[in-house]
Amino acid sequence: MSTIEAPRTQFRRSRATRSNYELWSWVFMRGSGLLLIALVFGHLLVNLVLGEGIKQVDFAFVAGKWASPFWQTWDLMMLWLAEIHGANGVRTIINDYAEKDRTRFALKTLLLASAGLILVLGTLVIFTFDPCPTGAATADVPSFCQTR
Amino acid sequence: MWSWVAHRVTGMLIFVFLFAHVLDTALVRVSPEAYNTVISSYKNPIVGLGEAGLVAAVIFHAFNGVRVMLVDFWSQGPRYQRQMLWVVVGLWVVLFVPFLVRHLMHVFA
Repeated sequence: MSTIEAPRTQFRRSRATRSNYELWSWVFMRGSGLLLIALVFGHLLVNLVLGEGIKQVDFAFVAGKWASPFWQTWDLMMLWLAEIHGANGVRTIINDYAEKDRTRFALKTLLLASAGLILVLGTLVIFTFDPCPTGAATADVPSFCQTR
Repeated sequence: MWSWVAHRVTGMLIFVFLFAHVLDTALVRVSPEAYNTVISSYKNPIVGLGEAGLVAAVIFHAFNGVRVMLVDFWSQGPRYQRQMLWVVVGLWVVLFVPFLVRHLMHVFA
């Protein structure tokens, strides 16, 4: 506190904000949560349960999926919803447990940086992915690459 | 109270995993060899059990999240919150046990 306030100034817990940020964050957590149940359960079913489960996962498997706009869209939605849902959840955890202003600011800066990195990197990978990269060994790429 | 703690712990765990998961999946953009090398280093029983633990966390977080929504939006939600926790636990067992059997078959095959 830099100045002494005038006597009988009404106590303000925090500066009044004109935004409904916390309300929309609350709504988003519920909406994205519902969508993520379908997206993540579908992701786990196709990648870990059907076929040979975890043993089938390799470059050719991922390339086979991302050759289709269906799975590109699926994974892009899952990436954005999960990262924002998760980052917003961690923000709540930071607000609850980090008591010093500077600690909270430092942790939230770190959180924002990590979420930004994951969103930009993940989105770039999905959009610029080539299932048949030139120079790759035939054994590593999906079988449909040979007909090109 | 404990379901609230578990929701935080599982959520935090999934968030940390997501960070690593996007980074290692991004290796598909480096080269097929780079991706396959890292993924094959995951194909062992220790990581396999870790994957099962992660799925356990995801299933709990998903169903408990629905419970939270029902408490918020359903007029009878707060009254039945305790019973709904048992439904969450029941659904968790029903989904996770078959998954675990199937996953361990793949991991130890």
